[in-house]
Formats: sequence, structure tokens, C-alpha cells
Amino acid sequence: MIDRKSRDLSGSRILGTAALGAALLFAAAPVASEPSEADFHAALQALDTKKFQQKAQAIEHLGTLGAPRVLEVLESLAKGRLYVRKDGRIVIAERSGKKYIIQDAISGRPEPEASKKELKKIKVNNRLRRLIRGVTGQLALFSDDPDRRIEAADNLIKNPNPQILPLFRQARDRETDDAVRAKLEVGIAVLELEADDPALRLAATATLAETSDPDIRSLLERRLQTDAEPNLEIRDALNGAIETIDRKLWLFGIAENLLFGISLGSVLLLAAIGLAITFGVMGVINMAHGEMIMLGAYSAFMVQEIFRSVVPPELFGFYLLAALPVAFLVSASMGVLIERGVIRFLYGRPLETLLATWGISLILQQLVRSIFGANNQEVANPEWISGAIEIAGGVTVTLNRLCIILFSLAVVAALAAFIRYSRFGLNMRAVTQNRSMAASMGIRTGQVDALTFALGSGIAGVAGMALSQISNVSPNLGQNFIVDSFMVVVFGGVGSLWGTIVGAFSLGIVNKFLEPVSGAILGKIVVLVFIILFIQMRPRGLFALKGRAAGD
Amino acid sequence: MGPLSSRLFALESRRGWTVFMGLAAVLMVVVPVLNLAVPENSWLHVPTFWVTTLGKFLCFAMLALALDLIWGYAGILSLGHGAFFGLGGYAMGMYLMRQIGERSVYGHPELPDFMVFLNWKELPWYWYGFDSFAFAMLMAMLVPGALAFVFGWLAFRSRITGVYFSIISQAMVFAMMLAFFRNEMGFGGNNGLTDFKDLLGFDLSASTTKVGLYVISALMLGLVYLLCRYVVTSKLGRVLIAVRDAESRVRFLGYSVTRAKLFVFTLSAVLAGIAGALYVPQVGIINPGEFTPAKSIEVAIWVAVGGRGTLFGAAAGAVAVNGAKSLLTGIAPEIWLFFLGALFILVTLLMPRGLVGVVRQWRERRAISKASHSDSHVSA
Amino acid sequence: MSLPDSSPALPEPHHIAPETLLYLDGVSVSFDGFQALNSLSLIIDRGEMRAIIGPNGAGKTTMMDVVTGRTRPDHGEVLFADRIDLTALNETEIANLGIGRKFQKPTVFENLTVFENLSLALKADRRILTVLFSGISVEQTERIEQALETTRLTAQRDRAAGSLSHGQKQWLEIGMLLVQEPDLMLLDEPVAGMTDAETEQTVGLLHEISRTHSLVVVEHDMNFVRDLDCRITVLDEGQVIAEGPMDAIQSDPRVIEVYLGR
Repeated sequence: MIDRKSRDLSGSRILGTAALGAALLFAAAPVASEPSEADFHAALQALDTKKFQQKAQAIEHLGTLGAPRVLEVLESLAKGRLYVRKDGRIVIAERSGKKYIIQDAISGRPEPEASKKELKKIKVNNRLRRLIRGVTGQLALFSDDPDRRIEAADNLIKNPNPQILPLFRQARDRETDDAVRAKLEVGIAVLELEADDPALRLAATATLAETSDPDIRSLLERRLQTDAEPNLEIRDALNGAIETIDRKLWLFGIAENLLFGISLGSVLLLAAIGLAITFGVMGVINMAHGEMIMLGAYSAFMVQEIFRSVVPPELFGFYLLAALPVAFLVSASMGVLIERGVIRFLYGRPLETLLATWGISLILQQLVRSIFGANNQEVANPEWISGAIEIAGGVTVTLNRLCIILFSLAVVAALAAFIRYSRFGLNMRAVTQNRSMAASMGIRTGQVDALTFALGSGIAGVAGMALSQISNVSPNLGQNFIVDSFMVVVFGGVGSLWGTIVGAFSLGIVNKFLEPVSGAILGKIVVLVFIILFIQMRPRGLFALKGRAAGD
Repeated sequence: MGPLSSRLFALESRRGWTVFMGLAAVLMVVVPVLNLAVPENSWLHVPTFWVTTLGKFLCFAMLALALDLIWGYAGILSLGHGAFFGLGGYAMGMYLMRQIGERSVYGHPELPDFMVFLNWKELPWYWYGFDSFAFAMLMAMLVPGALAFVFGWLAFRSRITGVYFSIISQAMVFAMMLAFFRNEMGFGGNNGLTDFKDLLGFDLSASTTKVGLYVISALMLGLVYLLCRYVVTSKLGRVLIAVRDAESRVRFLGYSVTRAKLFVFTLSAVLAGIAGALYVPQVGIINPGEFTPAKSIEVAIWVAVGGRGTLFGAAAGAVAVNGAKSLLTGIAPEIWLFFLGALFILVTLLMPRGLVGVVRQWRERRAISKASHSDSHVSA
Repeated sequence: MSLPDSSPALPEPHHIAPETLLYLDGVSVSFDGFQALNSLSLIIDRGEMRAIIGPNGAGKTTMMDVVTGRTRPDHGEVLFADRIDLTALNETEIANLGIGRKFQKPTVFENLTVFENLSLALKADRRILTVLFSGISVEQTERIEQALETTRLTAQRDRAAGSLSHGQKQWLEIGMLLVQEPDLMLLDEPVAGMTDAETEQTVGLLHEISRTHSLVVVEHDMNFVRDLDCRITVLDEGQVIAEGPMDAIQSDPRVIEVYLGR
């Protein structure tokens, strides 16, 4: 990507240099103060010429005007949307059917539609397009949108050109946003590395040491390796800066792995919590657990579709909130059905339970496949969890991942509180610890079994709703999680919610730290083998229940 | 008659031997004759495709016997037997790949196509020796056996039993699947090994070769059956049943439960490997799909349908379920999974002893009613 | 999971008399803070029959678990015969040394016949490959038939053990112990669930066995213990609180307190 960009730019060197020269001239004057309409008009009309050389000059001149509208005009020009009307005014026109929708180039105000005959296109060739790109790239430094300004600065830093330096300084001086200013300082420092004044070079090195960008690091290294820097003191500073950046990059690498690991861990946790109830607490092996997750994901899909057709679009983003109880109820009712219909006849025969629930999982998969088809269903991220935030030094996390991390912890906390404090939680613990005693105290054990299983399944459904935000929703969704979730529960220690949490996050993190070394699939294999070996050493997992009760 | 031959005769009751010999005659003589000697337009003719399909089922029956030995008798439900079956299959596949030689698409005398495609310059060390049939067959048994021995030793030594064993054996086969999907493993990745040409010089596309492979499968099935029968009727067989019913009690009698399980698990894996090796030339391909956990679990349902703890039931269950699969997927593929799912549920709920159990119960009931009938006759 | 190394603190077992068969010294076991055995010491002589009594939770079964390798003690020494350290061995190895055990809840192999149950218990080479290839000799069959007769199970010879009555299962377990021919037999509540007549027969049987074997009998039934007419050890809270013949035990104030004081 970057490679191609830089080649394009070098291709436009000749014209680009001219443009930059113009920019330099102009840099002395106040840059992006709104140009007078007359100036703008004059510069714009200069485009109406057949000679490319003149057009190029006009473009460069426009570039010096530095205003958001200029940006749009030039971009329209590059896209071939700039036209001359019959009255000689230059307008932006977009084809719509046979007509053209017109807006005034200078003000952006809409104008009456026009037919093709009334318009004359201002032609551009590839060389001009490259020129426009160069000019707009710099103009973007003065855009109204801070993100756009950062992007522009980034692009200019990637292809440093000493002639931009005054432009950078200019932009820095009028910049109000701290983040953008920091970026511009970096850009200035990159260029000042080659300044004649050693003090400037030293200061630039110090500034660059503050960054954590691998590109800057290689820039510094290149300066050392090509012996471009004669001053010994500065060479030392450069070495120091590289070291500082390396240390930061290393830390960021760890932070990134950690973050991705936690993210993966939260996915594993979500997938496994339900299992921690059905397998961990009840001792029931439910191979259809993955399908409970899948049903939750499809519930989210259904709620989304209903919202799409019934609810006004501005409320669409809230479909996830509605999907939460639906996913829980759908999976929980399926759980009750499974427990009352099959599992309850198989208590005390775990291997048979395993096989019967596998059968259920096959049927549920095929059922969903028959109804919804085998393809992936599109479950959209609502706006409030779209996007990403940058934590530091290029470590970014998408919002939906972040939400899943928080959501998984919230689910565990809610579950733990429910088991600990609710009446039903008490009954549940009583039944699992001593069934006959609980029964003799008037607890209806059958009901508790069914509801416990429903709870585990319902939570799997909620997990499915959450996972629909980051994973493909298909009939096979559950199968992707079943081995992993069993591994988490067994690794963490069956019957221990705490173990499930620690198990999920440690497996997630280990996996992400292995991935860069061994590749994703091999990393997964290594983790699986590790768990298999670990269980041999600690058959009851990380957080084992000790003592007689746990004996055979 | 030596002690061995008398022991051999004692493997089955008189009736059992009659059934065994009858089945052997049908499978090994009648079917091939109906295919080879009966003209194609006759209604008695058995198409070669059917023979190969039946041969495939017999390999599955062998796999079912292997699983029954460990699950039905020792109570260890392995959900990873596909790993051993697949490894046996890969060993055979590697031999068959080496036989292709210059007839491959890229025409490299030594390297299989996929290696040429990956730009590999020489054969990886673990492919050495597989040009020899004897070596490949040895590996088809040794590699699954060795994997089972190591895995079993780790598991049984730390007394991992019941569902825990099932889960980690599933994790094992899952890890194998991931591994074999990788191109870098050197087993053809996703596509596996295929395009086989001939085996020991016999053209694999010739129907005589196909019938020959079928007959060998039937023969091996018979031998594997007798071997399993020998194990389960020996004192070790009783130890295994005792382990299944009350594992810790067996320890206090002075038997090493770990070793008993390890022995039977390893033996079972070797048998599964043999089944896999026979399966591959008949279907013409081996790929990581054999390692999907779902396939391994499916084996358990073959055994359960037939009746676990009875060798005949396990083998019959494999043939019956796979027959139903061929039939149903032919009619409507989506029905098959519903059927299979229902089979898992209904067999575990309603026929825990499988078809053999149902037949036995029915026979016993008839014997009782007959007895009471004759009783009432006498009293009347 | 290795046990804490406490051997240096213990005296060399040079004081163990040659007639000692089982030697427990300072054995402690705890489960999650519950002290099941609290520095228990016990000596059983060769050819001795010993009854062990005590209230529920006194540590009787845990003591047997320690001797047979099911539970590893936290501290203490467990020696057998020629100073073999039992704490280093597993259940199988200990059984092969010649220690047999009958469980509190009878555990026989329900899907095997009575005869097969006995044949599994029979003293023989128990290595797996030997077991795979070995048949059963005439001598061994005779030995089993004899045990069947002693335990009055001859008529049940080919019945599945699962179909036996509770008392018959108890007898089958005793029969299994007999054919196992151990040097030391541990019996956990051998007469639980037996009728008076059966109990009486069992007493006779145990007396007979004790002529050739060392026996440790754990029992609740005081009448049965009195009939055994042997040395008695009383356990409470994981410790020995009294040891001696029945008369002495009955008049021991601590025993009275333990049994009647609550």
C-alpha cells in the first residue's frame, strides 16, 4: 500500500515540485484564512482552459487558497465532476439519470438541474490527477476535521519532503488540537533531522524519541547506517532514541498481545460460562452447548430483522438490548426442553448423556440450517459499538471487542451474585451438594435441575448474542466453540466459576502470545496439547475442589 | 489338538461359529462370485460399486470393533478414534502416493504433486520408507499404536476417566485435524492424499482389484473379530469388565488398572489403524476430514446401535448405520442429520443395549412365555 | 502433589519387633482442614486378629485407606512386613504385597458371575500379558470351589454377582479375600446387613481364617466384636484412645465417655 503511494508521488515529482514551490510562496501569507470569494472565483475560473500547463498552474494556485471548499473542488476535479456551465461559471455536477444535479463550486449551494448539453466537463489527465492528489494531501492539513488533519500529517510524514517543512510549521502554529499538533511536531522533527543546524537536529531527535512508530525507528536507523549524521553527539542521541522507541515498541507489543489475549479470553469465557453451570455444577455433559450459543446468535439475528422492519431506523441500534432477553429465553427454554425431555433420564450415566446431547446438537444444527440456510447471516454492529479506539502507539481495540470484554465480566459477576444471593442459587447449591438431603428439606430437585440447566443454557444464549457481534452467524457457530469451551472448563477446574474465568483469560492470553511465534493454527494446537498434558498433571484443573467430596 | 487351537474353538459357542462361518462365506465367497462370475445384466449381479461400498462398511465395522473393545468392555469412551483410523489411512495413503511416481501431474519421480506445488525440493524425512508396502503397513499399525500408548499412558496414569477422558480424546483428534490441515505438515493439507494409481502393482481402478480389496477387508474383519473375541473371553477380558464396573476395586485385587487400560487402548488403536489403511485404497482419498470430532463421535453411535459390550453388535451396528446413511443421503441429504441425531437420542434413551440387547430380550421373553405355556399345559 | 517429607524427624524403625506385620506411627491425614487421622500409631502382629471400633468419623476407614494406598498420609510412617514403606506404593502394588481388603459397602463385579469374581481375586500372576494368555488350572478351580463352599455360594456359582442378596455379596467379598490369600486382611464392617445367623457364621469363619492370616476387623456391632474375642483398639477423632481385651476396654473411662458421653 505504502509502497504504491510513494511510487505514485515520485511519479508526480516534476509537477509536485512546482506545486510545493507555490505552497512555499504562499506559506508566508496566512494560510487557511477564508479566501475572499473573488480570489476563489478568479482562481477557479482559471481552470477553464484547454492547456494542461495552465490547468496545472490553476490547480497550484487553488492549493494556496487552503480552504475546505477548495479541497472539495479539487477532489471533484480529480473525479471528473467539475463542469463549466453555459454561463461560464464552474460548478460541481453529478449525473443522476439523464439530468445532472448541480451545486455551486464556491458556495456549495444547490442549483437547478441541468442537461448534458448545458455543461462542459473540465478534463484532467493522470498527471494532473497526481498533482491534485499532492495538493489536496497538503490542503488536508488545514481541513476542518481533526481526523482528516491527522491523516494528512501521517501521509506527509510517510513521504518526507523537506519542502513541506514550512507548511508543517504553519499548520502547527495555528493548530488548536493537541493530538494533531503532536503529530505535526513529529512531522517537523522528521524533516528537521536533516537540518543544517545541529541544535535543531538534536531537538528533532529528542522529539522523535517520544514516538513509538516503527517507521520513525527505521528512519532514525537509516540516518545512522547511511552515515548521514556526522555529529557524534547526535549519533549518540539517535542511538538512544532508537533504544527508547524499541523499548516502547516492545511494551506495546506485549500490551497488544495482552489486549488481544484478554479479548480472546473474554470470548472463551462467554462461550464457557454456561458450560461451567451445566457441566461444572450439575456434572452434565452437554454436547449441544455450542448450539445453545448458536441459538442465541440467531435470536439476535431475528430481533435485528424485526427491528429493521418495524422499528424506526434511529432506534435500530438498540436491537441488541432487546435481543439480550430474547436470546436468554430462547436458549433457556430449549435447555428446559432438553433437560426434561432427555437428560433427566440419563443422570448418573454421563457417557450416555454425552451421546444423547450430541444427537440433539446435530438436530438443532440441521434445523437451523433448514430454516435459515447454511450461509452466514449478517448481524450488524449497532453504531454505539462500532469503531475503534487507539490506546497507545498503534495499539487499537475495536469497540465491539471492548464491549465483549466488559460484557463477559458483567455476565460472570451477575451469575456469581445470582448463585450466591438468590433463593434459587441457594437451592441449586443445596441440590448439587447433597441431593437427598435437599429433597428431604422440601426442595423440588427435579425443578431445580431443570432450572439450573435452563440457566446454563440461557447464559450460553446470551453469549451467542454477544458473539454474533464478532463472529459469523451460521449453523456451525456452536461447533467452533464446543471444544474450546470444554477445554476452558476442564482446565480451570470443574465446578469452579473462578477457575473458568482464570482458565478462559489465561488460555486466551497464552494463545495470543504464541501466535506471533508459531502462527495461529500451530499456536492453537500447542495450547490444546498443553491442556491435555496439564490435565494429566492436575486432573481436576487449576482450581480443584479438594478432599473427600472430590474423591471417586 | 494343542491348547491354542482348543482355545480358538472355545472363542464362540457352536451356534456362534455357525453364524460366523455363514457370514464369512456370504461376504467372502458369495458376494465376489455374484460380482465377478454373474453377467452384468442378470438381476443377481452385484455391481462393483456396491462391493466397494460394502468393503468400506467392513472397514467401519473394524473401527467399531476397536471402539467397542475399549468402550463396551473397559468402559472408556474414546471420542478420538478417528485419529487412529486416520493415521492408519495416511500411512497407506503415503505408500500409494509414492507409487504414483512420474505419473503425477508434475511428473516428479519422487515428490508428490502437492510438495512440488509447495516448491519443496526433497522428500521430508518422515516420508522415507513409505515406498515400501511392508514398511507402510507396519507404520499403519505402529503410529496409531504409539500415539495411543503415549496418550493413554498420560491419561490412565493420572486416572483420567469417564467424560474427562472423552473430552481430552476429542481435543486430541481436534488438534490432529488442525495439524493435518496445515500445508507445512507435509501431508497434502486440506486436499489430503489422493489420485492413487496402484497398490502392489494392481491397478486401483480395476474392478478385480476392488473386489480383491473387499475380500481382504472381509478377511481382516474376521481376524480382527476373532482377536477381539480372544481378548474379551480371556481373563484379561474379565479384568476389563471389572474395571468398567468398579475400577478402584480392581486395584485392590492387585491388577494394574493403568496397564490393563493401556494395553487394550493401544490394541484398539492398532486395529483402528488397520481399518483406516484398508479403507483408503477403497475410497481413493484420505484427508483431514477424517479427523473431525464429529466423525469420531459417530463411531460411538454405530457401536451403541448394535449393542456395546457385544462384538457382533458393534460390527453389525457399523454396517447398519452406514447402510442407512447411504440410503438416506441418497434420498434427501438433510434428512440424514435429523435421523442421525434422533438415533443418538433414542438409542441412549430407549435401547441402552442396542439391537443385540433388543433381540436378546425378545428371545428371553419368548423362552419365558414358552416355559410358562408348557407349565400351564402340565398343570392342566 | 508430593507428600511433605517428614522422614528425617522419625526414629529409625530399628525398634520394630520381628513379629510385627503392620506398623503405623504418627500417621496424620487431613481433608480440607478436617483432621481424619491425628498422629495415629498402631501395631498389628503376625497372625493376630484385631478389632477396631470407634464412633462415626473416628478415622477407621481412613486408616484402611492409608494402609491400602488409597490415601497418602500427610505425615507418619506406614510399614509392612519387612519394613516395606507402604506410603510409597500404590493400591495395586500394596495388594500384590499381600494386603487384602473388604469394603464397607460390598463391591463385587456385578456383571461377572460369582465364579468369575473369585477367579479374578485368585492369587496368581497378575501381570497384564500373563492375564491375557493364561488359562485357569485344575488346582485353581479347586481352590475356588473350596471358597465357594466355605462361603456357602456353591449354588450361586454361575449367577451374576449383581443378582446376589446383600448378605451373599458380603460373603462373596470374604470369599474373594480368601482366594486372594493375603498375609493381612482388612475387613470393613463385614457383618453389616447380615442376619444374626449369618453373623454367627461369619464369626466362625473369621476365627478359622485367623488361624492362618492376620486380620483387622472394623466393626460397629459390639456383640460381634465381643464374639470375636480378640484384642480391641478404640479410635476417636483420629487417635487411639484405648487398646486391650474387651473387659479392659469396657471399663475404660475414656471409652465410656466417647460412647456414652454424647
